[in-house]
Amino acid sequence: MTTLKKVTQKQLFLPLFSMVLVMLINIIYDVAHGNPFYNFFTISINSQGILYGRLIDILNRGSEAAILAIGMTLVVSASAGTDISVGSVMSLAGGVCCVLLAGFGNVNVNSYAVPLWVGVLAGVLTACLCGAFNGFLVAFLKIQPMVATLILFSAGRAIGLLLCNSAIVYINVESFKMFGGYTWIFPTPLLITAACVLVTALVLKFTALGTYVQAVGINKDAARISGYKSAAIIFLCYVVCGLFAGIAGIMATSRIYSADTNNIGLNLEMDAILAVALGGNSLGGGKFRLSGSIIGAYTIQAITTTLYALGVSSAQAPVFKAIIVIAIVTIQSPVVKAYMKKRKAAKLAQSSVEVHA
Amino acid sequence: MMKKKRMNSNSILLMLTILLFAAMYISGCVAYADKGFTKLQVFLDILKNNAGLICVVCGMTAVMITGGIDISVGALIAMECMFMAVGVEEWGLPAVVLLPLMLVIGLVFGLVQGYFIGYLEIQPFIVTMAGMFFARGMTAVISTQQVSITKSPLMSKLSTMKFNMPFEIGAYLNKKGKLMVPNVSIYVIIALVVLIATFLILRYTKFGRSLYAVGGNQQSAALMGLDVKKTRFKAHVMCSFLTSIGAICYVLNTMCGTTRQALGLEMDAISSAVIGGTLLTGGVGNVIGSFFGVLINGTISSLVKFNGKLSSAWPNVVTAILLCFFIVLQAIFARFRKKD
Repeated sequence: MTTLKKVTQKQLFLPLFSMVLVMLINIIYDVAHGNPFYNFFTISINSQGILYGRLIDILNRGSEAAILAIGMTLVVSASAGTDISVGSVMSLAGGVCCVLLAGFGNVNVNSYAVPLWVGVLAGVLTACLCGAFNGFLVAFLKIQPMVATLILFSAGRAIGLLLCNSAIVYINVESFKMFGGYTWIFPTPLLITAACVLVTALVLKFTALGTYVQAVGINKDAARISGYKSAAIIFLCYVVCGLFAGIAGIMATSRIYSADTNNIGLNLEMDAILAVALGGNSLGGGKFRLSGSIIGAYTIQAITTTLYALGVSSAQAPVFKAIIVIAIVTIQSPVVKAYMKKRKAAKLAQSSVEVHA
Repeated sequence: MMKKKRMNSNSILLMLTILLFAAMYISGCVAYADKGFTKLQVFLDILKNNAGLICVVCGMTAVMITGGIDISVGALIAMECMFMAVGVEEWGLPAVVLLPLMLVIGLVFGLVQGYFIGYLEIQPFIVTMAGMFFARGMTAVISTQQVSITKSPLMSKLSTMKFNMPFEIGAYLNKKGKLMVPNVSIYVIIALVVLIATFLILRYTKFGRSLYAVGGNQQSAALMGLDVKKTRFKAHVMCSFLTSIGAICYVLNTMCGTTRQALGLEMDAISSAVIGGTLLTGGVGNVIGSFFGVLINGTISSLVKFNGKLSSAWPNVVTAILLCFFIVLQAIFARFRKKD
């Protein structure tokens, strides 16, 4: 009983439990269809010499959400609010990159107008700038995060559309497909995500930044009085969030080697927020665990992939997502938690009465 | 003294919104006079195209006054429009039954969301995000096609029903020499009735006043003896219900149901309310301001349409700039207030 309690109270219990549940559903589905039970886990190298399998697909497709989840975790932790502009910023970063590479006004090119690194750097820097804008509004003007990021939520995608003249800009150059393609046998997005996670984790581990962020998130004013520069830390979190949105944007653009401004990153901010919540992080700010968010992001992708495998159309999938969100937040709700505590106390009291009798 | 000052800065914001609308509209009249922007019908068409949004923004303002937010409104409209369209076309139900059912769906939707927000104390953003996912997904579950309403005589009649302006205000002779009297559709009248009713509820009823009290400071509201949970619950029920009325206006205007219906409407509603002076921190807001926010949004779209050359992305950019301007202004006012 006590070990069970210990396990269930771990923060990573929720995302890992959901992940296992998804895998179980997959196994049951496979067995029911006459496939071997390990079908979900098979990884093979296909004829093109790249890793192939459902797990790899989930890891590959979930990359954008996982990268966004890193930045979102920091933003949620420091400012107790969410950055809803990330999807839009992704699309803008991709748009800036493609427009620069293609040359303004061209919609289909076979060679670069500027070197590849200039385009990529410009895209990522634009995203950082967007993050800085959000951060400035939230940290220094003390505007609610959701409202502040609402501005870029509606403007980001629109500016991208204006840059691309409302057209889809194609870049038919092999080296541009690199970020969304394969390196040796691994999908490149997976490697980029791993690098982003690793760098962030190392920075948080070997500098005091993680502690700063949590301190600011728990109590902004107390942190300021203790000598932390609260506003600067919140600002930094938003810039980092923008940076990761930019990286994710370049990746998503590279996958389809075109700037489809209308669709890149659409509704991805919701996935990122959901990943943070599913990772057991409080959306009220304060303590956070990066690993939770990352596992959360891949769990969401696993759910999506599973739903598609079960024959649910992409338009209908949100119904299940909604049910999952409600289940998670109900478990985390303070009222439900207090109720469970009360019930446990009552049970304890009752058993002690029985013992005395 | 303090109180009076606070009222002042809010009314300055409201005045600014109204002035901005007037400036925009007049500049439109000057720039596109040759294309007929000055006609009263153009203004009435702005109302007509935004009738649904006006209803939604009334509910949104009420929720935002309590310090909450509702991002499920666009998806709820899509679901109800699809329900209506499929109900008429495929299930063969009469519109007389479906119209009240739409309101009931909205009410139930609001009750569930309100319960989670009010009584389980889960963040409104998260609950309504789940609501948004659910409603958008349910729309696709009902049908993934674009369904046009053609089989219901009642709906066709309501949709095309026009009310001419009294005393032929703004009437003009068209090229064939026929007298054209500006008119409004029935859903514009519904929207305006909702607007006035919400204004009166917020200003003169106990429920309306308690919304402001809860949004201003939850703890003092609770100490005053107000039931904070119930008030927030009711605000969300009200929002979803008004959204359902908005859905009726919407379906009468578009006469179809699609999965992409009212995409992003929640952000339009929120930005209209913010431009109209509603604070997202709660406690401050007014449906008249929000109404002008909607008009500003509508005028921007209308101006872009009259220009004919600009990209359809421009309204979004301009709205975002305005939003930014008003948000920063609010922040500056808030800082001044603190210093006093």
